[in-house]
Amino acid sequence: MALPLGYNLRNLAVRKTTTIMTALGIALTVAVLLAVLALVEGLRTALRVSGHPLQILVTRKASSSELVSVMARANFEQIKVKPGIARSASGEPMASLEMVTLLNLEGVDSPGGMNVTLRGISPAGREMRDRLQLERGRWYAPGRREIVVGKSVALRYPAAKIGGKLQFGKGDWEVVGIMSAGASAVNSEIWGDLFQVASDHNRAEFLSSVLLRAADPVAFSALINDLDADQRLNVSAIPETRYYEKQMIAAAPVQFMGTFVALIMAVGSCFAAMNTMYAAVARRAREIGTLRVLGFSRAGILFSFVVESVLLSMIGGLIGCLLVLPLNNITTGVGSFVTFSEFSFNFRVTPQLMLSGVLFGALMGALGGFFPARSAARKEILNALREI
Amino acid sequence: MPDPIIITRKLRREFIRDQFHVIALEDVDLEVQPAEFVALMGPSGSGKSTLLHLIAAMDRPTSGEIKALGTDLRALSDRQIARWRNQHIGFVFQSFNLIPVLTALENVELPLRLTKLSRKDRLEHARTALELVGLGDRVHHLPRQLSGGQEQRVAIARAIVTDPDIILADEPTGNLDAGSALEVLTLLSRLNKEFSKTVVLVTHDPHAAQFASHTRHLEKGQLLPNSVAV
Ligand SMILES: Nc1ncnc2c1ncn2[C@@H]1O[C@H](COP(=O)(O)OP(=O)(O)O)[C@@H](O)[C@H]1O
Ligand SMILES: [Mg+2]
Repeated sequence: MALPLGYNLRNLAVRKTTTIMTALGIALTVAVLLAVLALVEGLRTALRVSGHPLQILVTRKASSSELVSVMARANFEQIKVKPGIARSASGEPMASLEMVTLLNLEGVDSPGGMNVTLRGISPAGREMRDRLQLERGRWYAPGRREIVVGKSVALRYPAAKIGGKLQFGKGDWEVVGIMSAGASAVNSEIWGDLFQVASDHNRAEFLSSVLLRAADPVAFSALINDLDADQRLNVSAIPETRYYEKQMIAAAPVQFMGTFVALIMAVGSCFAAMNTMYAAVARRAREIGTLRVLGFSRAGILFSFVVESVLLSMIGGLIGCLLVLPLNNITTGVGSFVTFSEFSFNFRVTPQLMLSGVLFGALMGALGGFFPARSAARKEILNALREI
Repeated sequence: MPDPIIITRKLRREFIRDQFHVIALEDVDLEVQPAEFVALMGPSGSGKSTLLHLIAAMDRPTSGEIKALGTDLRALSDRQIARWRNQHIGFVFQSFNLIPVLTALENVELPLRLTKLSRKDRLEHARTALELVGLGDRVHHLPRQLSGGQEQRVAIARAIVTDPDIILADEPTGNLDAGSALEVLTLLSRLNKEFSKTVVLVTHDPHAAQFASHTRHLEKGQLLPNSVAV
């Protein structure tokens, strides 16, 4: 059996100043990494809930997003009579023709303006958004220049408040309501009546995309194959969930930079742990010799010092977790490279994330502690006993 | 006469450090019988500690033979030696060498962590050892909360807790006042008489040597013949 953990913990407590300093360095490293992961995790969650598992997004072939897709009204008439489409309570096919474009809005933290998605949408389309809720105000009336803004838009853009006016298309549009839909992309969009939005943009016949809901999973695959194969339509059909997943690429630059910075900091933290542990080994040379005389093996000594270093850095990892905890549920936004519009979501600091932070800390400790521990294990008993 | 528990033949230990070549032990032929209490005396630098270290397999001879408990120590690997020492040798240092962050009980329990004993048994053995050295009421004290004499008694408890065959003590009273030294020597003598432990005590105090059944002298690395009087 090995040396007791209490032996290592008490040694850490005895030299508390160095322990705290080293742990804080590791804590910062872990915090940087966790902040990035919390952002990615938040985005992933928002995107995951943005799609319905039975819904299919239909765009023109080779269009990477709804924004660059053009869908003729005539095509929609052909699509909505395809077999396998679910029916609404009123017996209508659950198929929504939609128009998507971008608005440039001046934001609190983006004086140059940010692109926000404007969606012209019919009542059928609204029905197909689960958890869609009107938070305040009312829905836009058909045939009028009225819009409802997502709750993240309302928060970030001063002009997008109820009663406010936004100018686009052929004139001013009045904000009449604020909507939300769980953590989904809807929160970052502005919606108006399909006909009004389309005619203001001179696109009454050429809209953007069609959203369909399949009756069941079998019909779902069949519909996708059917649409993809239809030469006359020339459209591509993908699961709505996949469409949003592809937008994870928006997080790639932040993820890359953050991970890069965290890795560089991790190298520094490893050296800090190493330095601390070398000092500990030097100070406890006689103790190491004594343990060997008592019968502890070189391997036992090595293990004990690695454990001590891992414990030290796990304390750092825990502090790092505490540092990022306040980020949880804070709203942020990223520019999406797929839709070219801004997408808001919340940081998510999950228990799994914190666990990986602590493990990341532990890894730094194991790496940094290995060489000092090895030097402790390699000492000859007599030399160790003679030191100080 | 039973077989000696410790035998050395032409034991030699040289140290080479930078330009200096020191012969710490030269052709030492020593035999210690089981349950003997041997005092090893000699001036400073005569090789007493070196001899003790070789018996404890903390160091390897330059040449010559050394056998303890019938085992040829030169034949064992590092790992085997660690195990062997844990089972058969109790070592007592001049400077106590207790682990400062562990309590008296934890210090004494430490060597038992290398055995298969359960935690309960380990603590029981450790407590018994502490009671034997008269520190049953100090089990939860840290070394710095104890006097020098008490620390050395904890160290002795640690040395005997695994029930070793041989106890090696390197000037155990060197850092103690007369009263504490007497306690420690009495204890070693008891361990020898009541528990039949073989004790090798290094000292340069003639009074301390009086507790031993035999006394051997080292001078300049050479063991003086048995017949030489004190
Ligand atoms: N590790 C070592 N390296 C170099 N010289 C040593 C070492 N250990 C002991 N010596 C030398 O060996 C001789 C005997 O030392 P030691 O056995 O400690 O003597 P004693 O314990 O009788 O005072 C001394 O001259 C000492 O300097
Ligand atoms: Mg000595």
